[in-house]
Amino acid sequence: MARKISILIVDDEESVRDSLHNWFIEDGFRVESAENAKKALTILESDQFDIILADIKMPGMDGLEMLRRIKMLKPEAIVIIMTAFATVDTAVKALKDGAYDYVTKPFDPDDLTHLIRNATKQISLEAENETLKKVVSLENVEDLIGNSEAMKAMLREVESVAQTNSSVIITGESGTGKELVARAIHANSPRKFFPFVSVHCGALTESLLESELFGHEKGAFTGAMYNRKGRFEMADNGSIFLDEIATISTKMQVELLRVLESKTFIRVGGNKEISSDFRVICATNKDLKNMVEQGTFREDLFYRLNVVNIHIPPLRDRITDIPLLVDYFVKKYCMSMNKQPATVDPAAMKRLQEFNYPGNVRELENMIERAIVVGDGKRITLRDLPLEKTIVNNSVESLDDFERAFILQILNKYNWNISRTAKALKVDRVTLYNKIRKYDLKPADQ
Amino acid sequence: MHHPNITLVSFGFFEKDFLENIAKAVQSEFHCSVNLKEGHIDLGEYYDPARRQYNGNDLLKMVDALTFPGSVKIIGLFNVDLFIPILTYIFGQAFLNGRTGIASVYRFSNDRYGIPGNNSFLLDRFRKEVIHELGHTFGLIHCPVTTCVMRSSTYVEDVDQKKQSLCHNCRAQLETQQE
Repeated sequence: MARKISILIVDDEESVRDSLHNWFIEDGFRVESAENAKKALTILESDQFDIILADIKMPGMDGLEMLRRIKMLKPEAIVIIMTAFATVDTAVKALKDGAYDYVTKPFDPDDLTHLIRNATKQISLEAENETLKKVVSLENVEDLIGNSEAMKAMLREVESVAQTNSSVIITGESGTGKELVARAIHANSPRKFFPFVSVHCGALTESLLESELFGHEKGAFTGAMYNRKGRFEMADNGSIFLDEIATISTKMQVELLRVLESKTFIRVGGNKEISSDFRVICATNKDLKNMVEQGTFREDLFYRLNVVNIHIPPLRDRITDIPLLVDYFVKKYCMSMNKQPATVDPAAMKRLQEFNYPGNVRELENMIERAIVVGDGKRITLRDLPLEKTIVNNSVESLDDFERAFILQILNKYNWNISRTAKALKVDRVTLYNKIRKYDLKPADQ
Repeated sequence: MHHPNITLVSFGFFEKDFLENIAKAVQSEFHCSVNLKEGHIDLGEYYDPARRQYNGNDLLKMVDALTFPGSVKIIGLFNVDLFIPILTYIFGQAFLNGRTGIASVYRFSNDRYGIPGNNSFLLDRFRKEVIHELGHTFGLIHCPVTTCVMRSSTYVEDVDQKKQSLCHNCRAQLETQQE
């Protein structure tokens, strides 16, 4: 999956351009040439090149002026200046202006080979550096906390699907950690050293999403001041994560299907076909199959995307994972706030396990973060937890269970003030005492 | 599989045995029939007095203009020092995925490097160069495998390090091309 290095040769002598062109294509490079600086700059506006090999003396704009303009457009460009008449002054000038190196024509074949080999090594090191920065910041599979059977089964699926190139749809309620799963798939795949590019489809309008995914050319629309790579192009050799895929318009569904089938696209306002080798991972909290039946999501796109489906269970279906998650988030936020890891009061932990978490893991994480911020930093107690909205969780199997949990919730809300709780429940104090006795309810700290 | 017919055209003096040895190696590597022909041209037209070398680009075009019925690839064999405008010298060159290549024995002689002549080395190096240029005409690019004949070589030491055969990957690509 190694990327082909591209070279642009700029020289007014046809024989030089042809010789270099033939030499470089035998090495497997992608090669283009231009007979003058103006043409080279035009080419560079619509195409990217890793190395630019430019003659210093050309009619019109000379190589040094072109070097300065290229560096303004793309500071990281590797420009090698060639000349038939080497002088120290011009060499120093070229290097000062940002040339990678300076060579005298004709070159020794071995010098040329070394020069290009060193330049390509620098390109691959820079690319590797960028990738490693991204990999280091990746939340990998360790962030998918859970010991429940549901979680273990899902992790096994992640592991096996990661090794393939198949498209994946991750389904699950909001806040279950769909992006974490996508990152884990990428981090465990052969593509892990290449970019993981995330796009939140729901946050962008149709035209913005189009420009975001495919990129745009300078002047394509008002405000398009520069050429910009799209997310598909950025994800070359890596993975692209399309979050909230169900929100994309019908037009974008057609566009997306075409790109997935051909792995090629054209930037907005452009005319050059760009190819990219990416793997697609999508996520949604909607029922796509139902949307297909209702005609709001294209069937062909659904089948193209839904090669593998990974479903993340909601937190209420894996309450045994809650203590592990709590422990993880407590350590995470205490560390980020430079505090000693706090302990969690058993009563607080019990209540955390009783909550039904409509916002799933994200809601639990926010609760813990808040508890560490507002609490004393040493111990998380019931008072630090905003559990007022508690609706009983799936451990509730009978009306009695429901009543017990509901009364406990209101008692806790009013700090076990019997009068206020009875008033809130619209029962008299005696009835409340009877219920407390019946369900053996006790304040959390007793 | 279609087996191509390759023509090796010599320009200037070469020993008959020497050329037959090259032809045999080419035949064995590309599984094809090989014709040996002699070319008679005035090389002076291709001489650059300023560089005291022969223009490889012009020679390649000249060989490309030759026709040998039934031949799908043609390699011009020379014994003069070749250059292209941008490089101080070349051992040979070819049209990638084309019909024609050229190769010169000139820089493969030990005598050029101040060491005693050795015909065996000379033959070995030239065989590799001819096969290398033919590989380009079949669309093969330079190969990173150290021992593959398609490895890029800019010094005779590099040529000596590689074998006269294609590595597994290049062989597979060649076979795909020939199918």
